[in-house]
Amino acid sequence: MTTRYTKDHEYIRVEGDAGIVGISDYAQSQLGDVVFVELPSVGKSLSKGDEAAVVESVKAASEVYAPVSGEVVEVNSDLEAAPGTVNEDPAGRGWFLKLRLTNPSELDGLMTEEQYQEFVKSIS
Amino acid sequence: MAEPAHSDEPLLKTPLHAEHVALGARMVPFAGYDMPVQYPSGILTEHNWTREHAGLFDVSHMGQAFLFAEDKSHETVARALEALIPADVQGLKPNQQRYSQLLSEDGGILDDLMVTRVGAPGHEGWLYLVVNASMKEADYAHIEARLPKGVALRRKDDLGLMALQGPSAEAVLAKLAPEAAALAFMMSADVQIGGIWCHVSRSGYTGEDGFELSCHGKDAPTLWNKLLADPEVKPIGLGARDSLRLEAGLCLYGHDIDTTTSPIEAGLIWSIQKRRREEGGFPGAARVQREIKDGPARVRVGLKPEGRAPAREGTIITTPDGREVGIVTSGGFGPTVNGPVAMGYVAKDVSAIGTDLHLVVRGKPLPAKVAAMPFAPHRYKR
Repeated sequence: MTTRYTKDHEYIRVEGDAGIVGISDYAQSQLGDVVFVELPSVGKSLSKGDEAAVVESVKAASEVYAPVSGEVVEVNSDLEAAPGTVNEDPAGRGWFLKLRLTNPSELDGLMTEEQYQEFVKSIS
Repeated sequence: MAEPAHSDEPLLKTPLHAEHVALGARMVPFAGYDMPVQYPSGILTEHNWTREHAGLFDVSHMGQAFLFAEDKSHETVARALEALIPADVQGLKPNQQRYSQLLSEDGGILDDLMVTRVGAPGHEGWLYLVVNASMKEADYAHIEARLPKGVALRRKDDLGLMALQGPSAEAVLAKLAPEAAALAFMMSADVQIGGIWCHVSRSGYTGEDGFELSCHGKDAPTLWNKLLADPEVKPIGLGARDSLRLEAGLCLYGHDIDTTTSPIEAGLIWSIQKRRREEGGFPGAARVQREIKDGPARVRVGLKPEGRAPAREGTIITTPDGREVGIVTSGGFGPTVNGPVAMGYVAKDVSAIGTDLHLVVRGKPLPAKVAAMPFAPHRYKR
């Protein structure tokens, strides 16, 4: 199991040929209280960088992009009733969607945990 | 309040800037000032705290000024201001406050403002004005260019202003200034709190009972901390200020009202007293009187999305069969309503409460209904 990050603060936790996508703890803290999450339909094909979901705080709406290409095989529909879970547990219960990877080599272009923490330090 | 125009000028600081930083606020540029958008507890908590206890807001970025007549006559200064706004200023009692708008010749809104007849001894013929931060330079220039001889404007950039809002506000202030806590809604008094002079009015912009306190900038941190020392009071940033006023159905200048909207379209007829409606004599009176008589072509309404998705400013409003009938001017999540709320302008024929409309969010038409405002009931002390 490996976790990779994008510069837009999405993470993907890869298990076998699938990956769980969410937003980082830094991202949720910057957004503030999440009040609405819009998730894609299961079966949707996403290319790396496509808009995968929308997350809205009290102040504004932000897009969540697909960190790599894949097919949406599951979404966290618990977030519809409890969007605040994204703030409480972004790496765990606050996940957004599960992708079946169509081009796993794209993972090589993403940041490791350590690289991401350095990146966050450099921008905050 | 309006968004800041982009500028490379360094941001201004209110007298309470250091307090916000010490409290761990997230600071953002707003109307040329470095302002707290939220404190560490976050917007939802701040919003709910204000509805349930008392929130303290720094609004020192707003423009405070005096308008005064050299002949010390209320009638002189009132007539001068009545030439620019549609409110009845002559009829103000000492220490009474009114909400109004600076209007353009075509009846558009240049800014909205609060006007108080100063009641302090020795200040006969004085009015106290509070205008939006982003508009103050334009407002002052507009007013000064139109004043008759013998009436002058004095801006008071050295004053701080804070708002104490919420159901506990009265009890909190009663401990510090009992005479201020006894004020009726939209009335004001000059009081001393621990040796600090302040002008207190029973007003605010959250829909809750509460007060606004103006004091010398140098005293503002002491007064701020005196109020914050009460366990019922927490500091509240601009984020919750916006969600509170949206739920209260109150207009934000530059968004819900601007130079293209008239006070009648905006539903602000209540702020134009009977004598002024009949007599006119203010800029844009012809349009205002015509719209009162015939009804405006479009009106500001509340909108309640039926789902959970917020509809933000700029969202297109259509009928269920796709006819475009308006636009959202403020929208987001209402923590007290526990769901999305919005306001916007729609054509008169689809403005009745309960009318089914669609809000086009990210290309998808989402069902919504025209809703009565306020979304959260006003709890003013009349």
